Amino acid sequence: MPADGAGQYELDLSQAANGLLRVQLAGTWHMADGLPSADPLRGALGRLNGSRRVAFEAGRVKSWDSALVTFVLQLLALSQEADAAVDLGGLPEGLRRLVALATAVPERKDAARTARHLPLVPAIGRWAINFAGGVSETLDFLGQFMTAFGRFLRGQASFRRSDFLLYAQECGAQALPIVTVISILLGLILAFVGAVQLKQFGADVYVANLVVVAMSREMAAVMTAIVLAGRTGAAYAAQIGAMQGNEEIDALTTLGISPVEFLVLPRMLALVLMTPLLCIYSNLMGLIGGYAVAMGMLNVTGPAYLHQTINAAHLSDFTIGIAKSAVFGTIIAFAGCLKGIKSGRSAASVGDAATAAVVAGILYIIISDGIFAVILNFLGI
Amino acid sequence: MAESEFRIKVQDLDMAFDSFVVQRNINFTVKRGSVFIVMGGSGCGKSTLLKHMIGLEHPARGDIYYDGEAFWGATPERRMQMSRRFGVLFQSGALWSSMTLAENVALPLREYTKLGNKEIDEVVSFKLSLVGLRGFEGYYPSEISGGMRKRAGLARAMALDPDILFFDEPSAGLDPISSKRLDDLILELRDSLDATIIVVTHELASIFDIGDDSIFLDAETRTPIAHGNPRQLLKESKDPKVTTFLNRGGEKVAAQ
Repeated sequence: MPADGAGQYELDLSQAANGLLRVQLAGTWHMADGLPSADPLRGALGRLNGSRRVAFEAGRVKSWDSALVTFVLQLLALSQEADAAVDLGGLPEGLRRLVALATAVPERKDAARTARHLPLVPAIGRWAINFAGGVSETLDFLGQFMTAFGRFLRGQASFRRSDFLLYAQECGAQALPIVTVISILLGLILAFVGAVQLKQFGADVYVANLVVVAMSREMAAVMTAIVLAGRTGAAYAAQIGAMQGNEEIDALTTLGISPVEFLVLPRMLALVLMTPLLCIYSNLMGLIGGYAVAMGMLNVTGPAYLHQTINAAHLSDFTIGIAKSAVFGTIIAFAGCLKGIKSGRSAASVGDAATAAVVAGILYIIISDGIFAVILNFLGI
Repeated sequence: MAESEFRIKVQDLDMAFDSFVVQRNINFTVKRGSVFIVMGGSGCGKSTLLKHMIGLEHPARGDIYYDGEAFWGATPERRMQMSRRFGVLFQSGALWSSMTLAENVALPLREYTKLGNKEIDEVVSFKLSLVGLRGFEGYYPSEISGGMRKRAGLARAMALDPDILFFDEPSAGLDPISSKRLDDLILELRDSLDATIIVVTHELASIFDIGDDSIFLDAETRTPIAHGNPRQLLKESKDPKVTTFLNRGGEKVAAQ
């Protein structure tokens, strides 16, 4: 009787009057063919009367794998529920040994993980506790960093100059290509949007104002920061997180070298110095992008456009943009290093640290940019 | 025995992560110039004990005394000073992956000695030659094998001539021959440097080969259940958990 008709296994249940359930197995039992359902077994066991017993006949089983073992284990569990004694004697020798092995150590009930769904109020409480923990971790790290920075100002910090130069090269010079592409395109986009609107009023030349003000005050700083958050912030988190996993940070600590001084400080300095430089460069590239659109689309001569740009450009706008980018650089390095230092020791947690560094970096960049906008507006600059 | 004979004394130490107790009531002393083994099954807190001893984890209760001076009772600055006498070989070697072997060994020297560049180079070559890695100065940790990384980690641990050396599972991941060579090196260091050595391990061959004294941490009761020379423990211990561990789970007495 091929059950279900799906595979080649054969299962026949026959009940004798004296409470014996004879389970006849035949054919090939392979996982690839699926398993018979346990319901007929449960039914057959339930219908037994007298002292319940189960016996196997497996002489015609041609070949088997874990499918048959699983089936027998299922049957064992059901028999235990139904209070039936099972005689494994009829099963192949190897299978009996596997069954014995699988049932040798009882299931550790306390070891199994249960997914815990907390009710709303405890869930909020748990969230608040985690949040408070995160805040205190951040403050702790900030304190350590300030101590390290103080030692740096007094010339006592221990880190390698060569590390600092390497990081400066990685986050500065090597970011030039991507900053170039993004800034030129940004200038193009700003000019396009402006051109379409301003053309209607014949105010073509004011595209120059739009591009130079937007780039210098906002876009260069923000876009550079976002590129660096993805590029450098994630790299910092991953580098330091991997060092955490490899016990390299423990090794520094036991030597009495502060990991914050040795690992965080040079990265922070490199990024804080390089971000404003990249921002200046990004300004220039943005203006070139805007100029290209103006020449291609608008009824403006090159000299007129340049003249308009120079008139619209204010040193204060550039200073604000560059100052902001230094703050953004600090935020990116801080988020990257913090997530790296607090990272767990597994490969997955290094990935989480990198993700968290980018998310936190970009979020804080936008928030602080908003704060800048409010303060500068208030000051009337 | 006079108090000064004990280099390390661990007193009433409890170790816990938040509310989860790892081990409680750990008490032992380590004699100057001996090899002390911390053993026990996986997950019993051996490595955690090591982290408490070298200052990476704060004890929940109790303290560790080095030459009679409280380690956790001291100020952080003093603790830092005390830990400068330690050399630690971490499980994976924990070499700083962005630096060459020579730079790894040189860093502690640069931090804490007044040696010039040339002298540092010479000391570094000497330390690397002690562990059989002379000529590998310019290699990065990723370019050498696991056994070599461990030996390089040992060279770095010995950089400042420590008088207490900690080993976290020195033979983990090594083939039997490399593992034996590392054991011989540990004994050699004890004799030549007169160092006191703490080894965290569950490698039976090492335990019997190099251990002068030992403590057995039990994962179930979360407390030490045996203390003494491992070879004597094997013969005399009445505790089935200890004898099963030292016999590799079998009934036969391990070949000695």
